[in-house]
Amino acid sequence: MTLKARVIPCLDVKDGRVVKGVSFVNLVDAGDPVESAKAYDAAGADELCFLDITASSDNRDTIFDVVARTADHCFMPLTVGGGVRTVADIRKLLLAGADKVSINSAAVANPDFVAEAADKFGNQCIVVSIDSKKVSGEGEEDRWEIFTHGGRKPTGIDAVAFAEKMVERGAGELLLTSMDRDGQKVGYDIALTRTIADRVCVPVIASGGVGTLDHLVEGVRDGHATAVLAASIFHFGTYTVGEAKRYMAKHGIAMRLD
Amino acid sequence: MRVAIIDYGSGNLRSATKAFERAAREAGITTEIDLTDKAERVATADRIVLPGVGAYADCRRGLDAVPGMVEALRDTVEAKARPFLGICVGMQLMSSRGLEKTTTEGLGWIRGDVVRMTPDDPALKIPQIGWNTLTRRYAHPLFEGIPETLHAYFVHSYHLAAENPDDVVATVDYGGPVTAFVASGNKAGAQFHPEKSQALGLSLISNFLRWKP
Repeated sequence: MTLKARVIPCLDVKDGRVVKGVSFVNLVDAGDPVESAKAYDAAGADELCFLDITASSDNRDTIFDVVARTADHCFMPLTVGGGVRTVADIRKLLLAGADKVSINSAAVANPDFVAEAADKFGNQCIVVSIDSKKVSGEGEEDRWEIFTHGGRKPTGIDAVAFAEKMVERGAGELLLTSMDRDGQKVGYDIALTRTIADRVCVPVIASGGVGTLDHLVEGVRDGHATAVLAASIFHFGTYTVGEAKRYMAKHGIAMRLD
Repeated sequence: MRVAIIDYGSGNLRSATKAFERAAREAGITTEIDLTDKAERVATADRIVLPGVGAYADCRRGLDAVPGMVEALRDTVEAKARPFLGICVGMQLMSSRGLEKTTTEGLGWIRGDVVRMTPDDPALKIPQIGWNTLTRRYAHPLFEGIPETLHAYFVHSYHLAAENPDDVVATVDYGGPVTAFVASGNKAGAQFHPEKSQALGLSLISNFLRWKP
């Protein structure tokens, strides 16, 4: 048949527990990541993403245990990001049971790290996570800039040029998060997603801003993403993963419904 | 029975081990799942699994770096004809050669080269990442009882272009047919990841554990 679009629930994990905030502040503790992972697995999620936002270095190791316990129960692809800075970090996550790792700040600070990681583990398991905000004004040509540190720190780096550079360095997939929209439930930044998806040869995952099922449809149909990531709409039970996939299928997107 | 999953430093071996354990448990098969980097454990195993992710050349190098492993594989799989399953790059290593980055010799069990996919639709991305259905070219015991509608999880940029079409059990459509599953005698290989393919994967693994080629 054909490759299906993926729906990827994302769990923000802090100190081994699930949290999800609005635009990265006001975090609300809402559960055990392994239990959530099992529920998403049963609901037909196409892949699962853990984003480790643990700040304290004392608790950095909690994520390895979460990943290992998840991999023991869920036979679905698992991507883990947050704080991935060294080849040793990647190796530990893969050994714990992650299939892919996503690299964020470390890719901005040192693009060659992406090349080193891709060389060592293969492009297929290196996702580069790009957090950006629209910086162009009204009437200007669209321009997006990379922000790090949870969206607080501007870098002056153009997001589209950075995306192309990351693919050259060996990223096997790009996770594009609009920091303006994250947690706002206003929909993905479609122009950003499409601009990058049309420029690069690797798959693009749309992220940041989902509030309705139409937003998921738009991410694939209009944004040309091959996967859509969402957190709160699933995590707080607004919609189930199954509802999302059936809705997308009804709107003409090839989905896996088995 | 003992199933040896070969650990040569490549890939997500925990998932593979756990999936084999669960498939065995659900199918009521008593077996030891032995994740091992020891050639002698492979030489005496009843069934062999070769996983692998990353680049072909790196995986081949990793396999060669384990003392006696390739010889043990050849002895158990070729001479003793024990059932063998390759997964992803483990499947690709069954080929004559891999052409990723550089030309690398394979195990030579399925004639043909591992080449970069060239989808006829330029909008299709490389790697192929995600779920796709299989087109079976003929019935094979490893697919027994598995509905054709079920999806398998793929992550790859290269595929095995087999010279003998009879070696290709199933293809996947990615801008043209791409090799998804190969088999020859007691040897089988999946380009997709059974250990990540939920229902299809667990059924296929159970079938492998029961397989009497």
